[in-house]
Amino acid sequence: MDFNFSEQDLAFRQEVRDFMQHSLPEDLREIAEHGQHFRKEHFVRWQKILFERGWAAPSWPVEHGGPGWTPTQKYIFQEELGLSAAPMPPPFGTGMIGPVLIAFGNDAQKTEYLPRILNGDDWWCQGYSEPDSGSDLASLRTIAVLDEDHYVVNGQKIWTSYAQYADRMFCLVRTDDSVKPQAGISFLLIKMDTPGITLRPIISQDNDHTLNEVFFEDVRVPIKNLVGEAGQGWTYAKFLLGHERSSIGDIAGSKRSLTRLKKIAAAEISGGQPLSEDSAFSRKLIDLDVRLMILEVTQFRLLADEEAGNDIGPAASILKIKGSELSQLISETAVEAIGYYGMPYVHEAVQPGGNEHAVGPNYATGILPDYLFLRALSILGGTNEIQRNILAKTALRF
Amino acid sequence: MDFTLNEEQQLLKNSAERFVEQDYGFERRRDIIASPDGFDREVWAQMAELGWLGLPFSEEDGGYDGTPVETMILMEAIGCGLMVEPYLATVVLGGGLIAACGNADQKATILPQLIAGKMLLALAYAEPQSRFDPADIITTATKDGGGYLLNGHKAVVLNGGSADKIIFSARTSGDQRDQGGISLFIIDADAAGLKIKSYPTIDGLRAAEIELTNVAAEALGKIDDAYPAIEVVLDAGIAAIAAEAVGAMQVLHDDTLEYLKTRQQFGQAIGSFQVLQHRMVDIYIELEQARSAAVMATLRLTENDPEARCHALSAAKVQIGQASRFVGQNAVQLHGGIGMTDELKISHYFKRLTMITTQFGSADYHLDRMASATPQTNQEEI
Repeated sequence: MDFNFSEQDLAFRQEVRDFMQHSLPEDLREIAEHGQHFRKEHFVRWQKILFERGWAAPSWPVEHGGPGWTPTQKYIFQEELGLSAAPMPPPFGTGMIGPVLIAFGNDAQKTEYLPRILNGDDWWCQGYSEPDSGSDLASLRTIAVLDEDHYVVNGQKIWTSYAQYADRMFCLVRTDDSVKPQAGISFLLIKMDTPGITLRPIISQDNDHTLNEVFFEDVRVPIKNLVGEAGQGWTYAKFLLGHERSSIGDIAGSKRSLTRLKKIAAAEISGGQPLSEDSAFSRKLIDLDVRLMILEVTQFRLLADEEAGNDIGPAASILKIKGSELSQLISETAVEAIGYYGMPYVHEAVQPGGNEHAVGPNYATGILPDYLFLRALSILGGTNEIQRNILAKTALRF
Repeated sequence: MDFTLNEEQQLLKNSAERFVEQDYGFERRRDIIASPDGFDREVWAQMAELGWLGLPFSEEDGGYDGTPVETMILMEAIGCGLMVEPYLATVVLGGGLIAACGNADQKATILPQLIAGKMLLALAYAEPQSRFDPADIITTATKDGGGYLLNGHKAVVLNGGSADKIIFSARTSGDQRDQGGISLFIIDADAAGLKIKSYPTIDGLRAAEIELTNVAAEALGKIDDAYPAIEVVLDAGIAAIAAEAVGAMQVLHDDTLEYLKTRQQFGQAIGSFQVLQHRMVDIYIELEQARSAAVMATLRLTENDPEARCHALSAAKVQIGQASRFVGQNAVQLHGGIGMTDELKISHYFKRLTMITTQFGSADYHLDRMASATPQTNQEEI
């Protein structure tokens, strides 16, 4: 048994760390450090910087422009990215549709889409959830009917992150309602400027616009945009959800926010002394350390498994549950730490460049909005209750 | 990074698991606990024969040069069988201190005997007022000719009633809670002035209150400077009971899962109810997290930097304590009425896990220990 990264892995970590330090534009760093939100141009600019370095798609095979990393290297890269102030590229392109196309797409699709995902030219969004199909995704009702060489799509998607930025959507549609629900689903690629598509923003409780409703009215999608075979969409969707699962706990993100929380607690004064020295609050902070340390070991055990070529299987659901709970708990404790200055909310202050609108200490901006938005972590990608259903079935064989 | 066992470790694991399964049935354990010693000397002799008592000691000391991983493997099996033989007290704590602090003569008299199964040890470090702080010591050792005389009261000494030799911590200088000024001493259990009151503990083990009145003692290691060694050996104790807890929790997990799948109510197995499935999943998650904690404790035990070691071992103890409590309580809960009984083994595992939560320090104690082992964050720009 050995707990340590190899010399090569440590050298790789240093290389990544140096890159992050030298290549992250100063204005992006400032946005993160003020707790503000990145916008499309920030994500895309960063994606192009990664692309120049050859690191745009950590998990892709070399022949499609991936760096050819081992699971451990991928993990280290993700961790360093999470620890830095860099924008975390949304997973829809390189993390989701890319791997699906590589595994199930035809050559024309690979040639058309993969390079533009890699270099950040195309922004993808994910058309999965519907108003009546959340956890019960297989019941989805957006329908696609074949009309000569086109599918005609009618229906509605919801909770679509960044649809307002997207050039394209990968979309689950029902192409056959005469078979059992899972078997009638197909996987379509849809251009977002196709006539008949309309968006309605959903303003979330943090007063920000990430989520959308997407409506389809007689939207004509060329049949060449069908991925794989009709009726196999559910298989591809499951493949996609199973991809990139080992970094699902976002331990790096929690490390970063906990470090920030400790600094806040050292700067806040309570009873004439730093809040971090208050014995009850200090125990809360250390308890977060404990949770983080243990989750990281669980993550390492999984990584070693993956490295040995084993299927990490249900264990990824543990990371999802524990990782989201930890992120939420850190954020909850940060709310507690800033006291009254959690109350001011000036919309401009959380926008990039809105520093002069901030009320109270600089670090307080964004703490409450983050707390509110992070409630989504235990909902998206299969709620934590669904994760428990998965574990009950796969790990415990109920 | 590698979390697999090597071939020898795998063999040890297999043999320890087989031993528990074939030779340490629950009914036998019941008889053993009721016996005068509270453990089985025949089992102890078998453990010696299998080489288990010599695992952590160097070849020079007559042992097998094992690492903390071997101790982890064995303690996990001990937890599975809820074995009551004094491995922790004799090998991990007592033997650990002799190996770390003993002079050539002390090692030569004690370790070969210990490894052969012919000598039992105990470590008397806690006192009635000390709670979990091993530096809080009132017991005094005063110079008396070439040796020392000890006076004081040691509390809840694991295996204190059966040990042939007992190691005591005592104050040779400094104030009651100073980490400096603490020394270790070895005393034969039949020494004059030693009053040992042995009693059973709630989890089936034995412990003792020990009063010392002018007891002549031989020093173990450097005078005034024993605290770092005591801290190391108590951390080894934490790693050991972390593994023991994982073994015990694995049994509760397996038995509870089995029960949910077989117990019928409302015309169906109660495991068909989602609320119980989710609770069972939480037990499973806690067990996996506890396994991570035990691995972390084991691998960080040999850390060179004492601050880093304390930090990791305390973190592991916090997690193990929380998991032990959760898994123990919920195994009883999911079994319902039958989980409350002495007859079923569930309650016995619950009791041991409950005491593991306290043993070597509660969660709050270890959170505070971590706070003092963590470098202070400076007030830089956020």
